Amino acid sequence: MFLKKIAQALGLAAFLCCTQAAWALPADLVLAVAAGDSDEQVAAVGKLVASGDAGVDAYFQALLEGVVQVAGGRRVLIVKDTQGIDAASGEKVDPLPADLEDAIVNNRLRGTLEGARSALKLSSPDRALRLAAVKSLEDGAREEMLPLIATALARETDPQIRQSLTLVQAGIQLKSADAALRLAAVKALAQSDNPNTKMLLLGRLEKKGEVYAEPDAAVRDAAQATLKAVQARLSTADRINQVFTGVSLGSILLLAALGLAITYGLMGVINMAHGELIMVGAYGTYLVQNLFRAQLPALFDWYLLAAVPAAFFASALVGILLERSVIRFLYGRPLETLLATWGISLILIQSVRTLYGAQNVQVENPVWMSGGVELMANVVFPWNRVLIIGFAAAVLLLVWFVLTRTRLGLFVRAVTQNRGMASCVGVPTARVDTLAFGLGSGIAGLAGCALSQIGNVGPDLGQTYIVDSFMVVVLGGVGQLAGTVYAALGLGMANKFLEAWSGAVLAKIAILAFIIVFIQKRPQGLFALKGRMADS
Amino acid sequence: MGPLGATISRLYGRRGWIALAACALILFVAFPLANLALPQGSLFHVSDYSVALIGKIMCYAIVALAMDLVWGYTGILSLGHGLFFALGGYAMGMYLMRMIGREGQYQSELPDFMVFLNWKEYPWYWSFTDHFWYAALLVVLVPGLLAFVFGFFAFRSRIKGVYFSIITQALTFAFMLLFFRNDTGFGGNNGFTDFKRILGFHIATAETRMALFVATGAVLLLTLLAARAIVASKLGRVLTAIRDAESRVMFCGYNPVHYKLFIWTVSAVICGIAGALYVPQVGIINPSEMSPANSIEIAIWVAVGGRGSLVGAILGAGLVNGAKSLLTVAFPEYWLFFLGLLFILVTLFLPQGVIGLLKPSRAKRT
Repeated sequence: MFLKKIAQALGLAAFLCCTQAAWALPADLVLAVAAGDSDEQVAAVGKLVASGDAGVDAYFQALLEGVVQVAGGRRVLIVKDTQGIDAASGEKVDPLPADLEDAIVNNRLRGTLEGARSALKLSSPDRALRLAAVKSLEDGAREEMLPLIATALARETDPQIRQSLTLVQAGIQLKSADAALRLAAVKALAQSDNPNTKMLLLGRLEKKGEVYAEPDAAVRDAAQATLKAVQARLSTADRINQVFTGVSLGSILLLAALGLAITYGLMGVINMAHGELIMVGAYGTYLVQNLFRAQLPALFDWYLLAAVPAAFFASALVGILLERSVIRFLYGRPLETLLATWGISLILIQSVRTLYGAQNVQVENPVWMSGGVELMANVVFPWNRVLIIGFAAAVLLLVWFVLTRTRLGLFVRAVTQNRGMASCVGVPTARVDTLAFGLGSGIAGLAGCALSQIGNVGPDLGQTYIVDSFMVVVLGGVGQLAGTVYAALGLGMANKFLEAWSGAVLAKIAILAFIIVFIQKRPQGLFALKGRMADS
Repeated sequence: MGPLGATISRLYGRRGWIALAACALILFVAFPLANLALPQGSLFHVSDYSVALIGKIMCYAIVALAMDLVWGYTGILSLGHGLFFALGGYAMGMYLMRMIGREGQYQSELPDFMVFLNWKEYPWYWSFTDHFWYAALLVVLVPGLLAFVFGFFAFRSRIKGVYFSIITQALTFAFMLLFFRNDTGFGGNNGFTDFKRILGFHIATAETRMALFVATGAVLLLTLLAARAIVASKLGRVLTAIRDAESRVMFCGYNPVHYKLFIWTVSAVICGIAGALYVPQVGIINPSEMSPANSIEIAIWVAVGGRGSLVGAILGAGLVNGAKSLLTVAFPEYWLFFLGLLFILVTLFLPQGVIGLLKPSRAKRT
């Protein structure tokens, strides 16, 4: 998107400056592109590109924009707002001739022109622009661009772009008439990790009747070897992608379930409003974003730094309120807690709907979170996903620290293990309950803040995660963080691997079925307390 | 008194039977007359809308009875009863879809959604569904079998309390996802609708609707009597004992698994029947019936009416759904607030439900 804007700006700049300084394109080629038959047009585009003149890009852009007109079948003009420019010379034409006809740009020409414009960008001084141009060429390079690519390759110093260019060149040369050139191209392509290469090679290896598309046996053999190498690389890329999306999903599940691991796992409170606490965190992020946009637009990119604590405290506050007003009276009656907290979740959903509307709200990623790390042609790790994995790890560390290294954590564990005894030795159990519940709710808020960066933020956000997060906690076992981590990552991975194999919905069903069967097999190990407390 | 007389007096006292007879009279005689025989303008005329609404609520009341049996009396909170209800509805829906014949949009032998998917014939699990008796069998067997298998494994591994609730929720969630898929063969998220006729009668006429209404009323009363027979028997005593102290029941030599499995399966079958009566009256069945939220709502009907009281369950279903049909029309944006508050207030302040308010002298149950 961003690159496209730059490209447009450059094109416009070229157009503007060239309105003063004329250029010199061969008039016959210019006319052939605008008014020739289809083959002539494509050939002329290739020749114009090879000429390397500064006016070519402006002319092509004008063609794509549909502002090129032909005067009397001879002279080609670019007409914008009744301002005419001669396409061949770049000089102003005033007044406009009367016999103007629109130049027809069909789809074939359009494709050729777009390819040619990216080829032209190969000579841009901006590295990012050149890289983008190479990328777009990878998906559709044409033979006419070969000389241009060769010049670009000779000039190019950046190793990454060089490599991509070599591959693009090889891709075109595959169809060359010279067998030696084809062989070299096939061998060069062994370095490729683009799925298109596979299609190209398969095309060469195709057999029509008795005749191979590739006549030379040596080239065919080389193509087979290259195909194998490319395929191996592609399947590695697939696997890396799956593992990454699996870990990413796992980190999201972990975030959603960590708060529950405290409220449900440690305190035994079934909080059906947990999903809504996540939603509160997401809306907190949304509000902070709006605040920054209105008050501190200069710092907008850093609003997340403020949103993280805001989301935590918003959800923690709601959680503490709930604990004080409702849940406190229902300790020891889990089924009633379940119903009451479900009621709370309905109220929270409807409140958000009334306040902010039933539609999803827009939460923008800061600029530094967009884009990604590219490992291979097909393996891109988006920054927001990578950051959320890191964030989940940080939150996990925080929870672990609070529970095992602080006084509050000590009290929470003491109250969990033996409420009466803890109370006797002076632990303020009621306050510990409130704080622990607030902590669990706050972590739900953190999850909401993270989720707002990758998904929709709407009143129903929490409902999507409630079943999943309960499954994580139930599978992982109650009262242990390690179990939650294993369960979240395991479920995330299993989900993504099954998804690749059977589709998203069936994968989800299979996972739920697996959990149902699994806890039939291992109920004691996972939730029931051992010994005398088993029936309590 | 013979054995029949003994059974009769065990179920309800004289006043109870009189009240039941009065209900039967109202449902089977007064309503049909008031709806069909009286002219539109008459003071006692019952509109088609009211008949449809009350018929729908009676289906919910049957579900509430089923829920009360497992939750109120046995202490198993199911968050998946909407699934059994929907399965019964889908079984009936399959029959109704077959009865559309060639009157669908595409005038094909197949239902429209199958034409849309470019299917050439019915999948195997649709075979015989054009027979009413087979569909009726499915209505009972599918929820019953699913509940039996699921319950067998769950109760055998001694999964109980909240864990059981959460797993039943996951179960209905999984089925909802499954039924949302177009390829599952049940119409995807549109489900079944546009029914034309049932047992040869046109489904939209006032007479057919009244017949369905009367059938629903009969099933409701029969279910009430059957449920009463269960809870008033020795079996019912064991169930209540399981709710209050499962370990002690076990040490007394009973196997709670058998009892729980029995009542769980019976409850699922009742839900299935309710669903089958619901679909022709409402005219649509889709996977949203299986959403976890719907199943939890069933629990609140019972909680409002009064757990451990059969009449309470019926009352609760009537009150909540009556309020719902009023409020969602008058103040659609406040309905969820109301429902949410209902959940909280009833669990906090009304553990016995409305019935508990009516009978303040009743011994408190923990």
